[in-house]
Amino acid sequence: MTPKRRRLWLLLGSLGVLGVAAALVLTALNDNLVFFYSPTQVEQKLAEKHLGPDRRFRLGGLVETGSVQKDGQTVRFTVTDTVKTVKVVYRGLLPDLFREGQGVIAEGSLGPDGVFVAREVLAKHDENYMPPEVAKAIKDAGQWKERK
Amino acid sequence: MIPELGHFSLILALAVALVQGTLPLLGAARGDDRLMALGRSAALTQAFLVLLAFGALTQAYVTSDFSVANVVANSHSAKPLLYKISGVWGNHEGSMLLWALILALFGAAVALFGANLPDTLRSRVLAIQALIGVGFLAFLLFTSNPFERVFPAPADGNGLNPLLQDPGLAFHPPLLYLGYVGFSVTYAFAIAALLEGRVDAAWARWVRPWALAAWCFLTLGIALGSWWAYYILGWGGFWFWDPVENASLMPWLAGTALLHSAIVVEKRDALKSWTVLLAILAFSLSLLGTFLVRSGVLTSVHAFAQDPARGLFILAFLLAVTGGGLALYAWRAPQLQGGGLFQPVSREGALILNNLLLCTLAATVLLGTLYPLFLDLLTGNKVSVGPPFFNATFVPICAPLFAALCVGPFLGWKRAELGPALLRLRVAFLVSVVAAVVALTVIDSRKTLAALAFGFGVWLVVGSLMSLADRIRTGTLRTIPRATLGMVVAHAALGIVVLGSVATSSWNVELMQVMKPGDRISFAGYDVRLDRVEELQGPNYIAERATLSVGVGGKPYTILQPERRLFTVQRRQISETAIQTNLLRDFYATLGEGDARQGWVIRLYLNPLAPWIWLGAALCALGGFISLSDRRLRIGAPSRRPLAQPAE
Repeated sequence: MTPKRRRLWLLLGSLGVLGVAAALVLTALNDNLVFFYSPTQVEQKLAEKHLGPDRRFRLGGLVETGSVQKDGQTVRFTVTDTVKTVKVVYRGLLPDLFREGQGVIAEGSLGPDGVFVAREVLAKHDENYMPPEVAKAIKDAGQWKERK
Repeated sequence: MIPELGHFSLILALAVALVQGTLPLLGAARGDDRLMALGRSAALTQAFLVLLAFGALTQAYVTSDFSVANVVANSHSAKPLLYKISGVWGNHEGSMLLWALILALFGAAVALFGANLPDTLRSRVLAIQALIGVGFLAFLLFTSNPFERVFPAPADGNGLNPLLQDPGLAFHPPLLYLGYVGFSVTYAFAIAALLEGRVDAAWARWVRPWALAAWCFLTLGIALGSWWAYYILGWGGFWFWDPVENASLMPWLAGTALLHSAIVVEKRDALKSWTVLLAILAFSLSLLGTFLVRSGVLTSVHAFAQDPARGLFILAFLLAVTGGGLALYAWRAPQLQGGGLFQPVSREGALILNNLLLCTLAATVLLGTLYPLFLDLLTGNKVSVGPPFFNATFVPICAPLFAALCVGPFLGWKRAELGPALLRLRVAFLVSVVAAVVALTVIDSRKTLAALAFGFGVWLVVGSLMSLADRIRTGTLRTIPRATLGMVVAHAALGIVVLGSVATSSWNVELMQVMKPGDRISFAGYDVRLDRVEELQGPNYIAERATLSVGVGGKPYTILQPERRLFTVQRRQISETAIQTNLLRDFYATLGEGDARQGWVIRLYLNPLAPWIWLGAALCALGGFISLSDRRLRIGAPSRRPLAQPAE
């Protein structure tokens, strides 16, 4: 086999592998992209009919003070970006840092009754830490106060 | 006084690094022996100075010197000694100092063990190492000085993030950094080779031990991080495709590719420019990982730094290292003449396939990790790319990689026949098909893909061991070269990791239940009873501890005591899971919130083969170390063949 043919082989092989990989990546991105919405955006998207009941997304904001109700393993709470709110129901162990008044991100989808059914509530690892998405949502709502 | 000493030696180290980064380069270009000799002593001096700075910071932590801002922010006098020490690198400034220290130590190691390198190559390698060091030392001194004082000194500190107060995580950063920074040496070798304009078998033989050592440490570091996530986060999972995990996986994949392509350069004098490119990419990905983790662009436990100046500095540095390296590569690589020819079906061909697939994997991970960043920059949409994406892309590309992995070692160099190689693997093939069928019929008939993946794991283990079978038959097992033995161990260990992760993620059983003391439940054939929940006092936390007695068939089997700890200084709660393992499965329990009136939330998992994940990863690194101990890499200073034409 001449060096030229070898190079052709190599090139074809690499292109094949990369093509398969690209196809996999594109389909996966299409199906598995999870958008992040604040309560205000949820309302907007609902109004624009962009958000069906089965569409999985991440909801972020603050856990409204006084909204947490526990009933055995089921927890109900309200997520707010200080302008709009979304009710959330979650069955499972909450992360250790879940607190009223603190930032939270929940992944799941809206139920038919408009209550967000969380399949996962994400743990944040630091008490002083605000997820950037949440901080942005609150800033966008015009309610951000710098803390020191 | 001592913190100032540390600060001062850091400044001196920067000065030394500047000298080490310039004069030996000049010396190598001019053929000036004295300037080249400077590289060695400068590397040793720099390592000593950074070590002194690191010692000074450690001393401040151990003695809880709260006049140092960094100690105040990350330590507390009531913390156990181990975590006072690990607190040194449990924060942004300290971890960057650790990075600079390891970089300087690697430089010193090249100076000490590089006696058999040609003078020009060694001085160039040391100079490149020093230039990287200049970047990191300047970063420390100008944006993240760990020795900054506070006045007046507070009475006590804020304490270390409780999640980090864990033996697994105390050693995770040093191991990971040994891996990341180890690739700086291969990067320096690649740049030096491009400057010299020659890459040959001798070069590959000098580079391979460094790549191998870095890879082993990176493997251990990643495994330790994953183990920590498994038992501290309490979700029963071991890999979450978190951007930070991905950040360490990318250099690992590129490094693995580098290890394999360097073999082709060494044995067959081919794939030279590709190997050089991989060396540049592996270190660039290490730096990218550092940038992603440290700059705060990603949401993660590791993102300490929220200061944009720091992110910008690392980004600029990343561009200089990657861009500079690639530009030099584009300019000089065409001079690297390829050597030996080979057929597509050959050992070389198999190693190329390995490289192709590993790099595709790394690219996939890179894309999935950076996509949310780009989308945010371009459209302002916030998205997350989670496990489903990686399961749909990463896993399918692994299949051909694993399939080919066992065949490659049976192929000869230059040209080979696929038939005889496959024939020698027929037993392995049969065993793995049987394993997949058994998994499908006995364990879970609905999970076809899991059974298939399980079959792949068995194929890796048995197929790798098959290359020992011939040696056992001919009685030459004792004389097996360490490098070959290391390869067999590492390949089989990868199979063990695959088996463990497939079994845990596909066939685990989990149950969540609210229980009051005295309640009983049955779980996966076990009888679990909550005996009591009591309060106890730790050194810097108070805890609630549940006692669960587990019985099987009416007989007591084991007792599990998961805890919830409240760290009093930070007012933070951490779950401490209880895990009982018999090496075939983990019985895993966590204690959730609750009280005596309502009961406590208890979560139970039965994770089959979970310990194999970390056992396999440790074995994988062991394989690397065995290969590293091959005498071929240590003695017999390889001689360079004379160049056909002068390099410069």
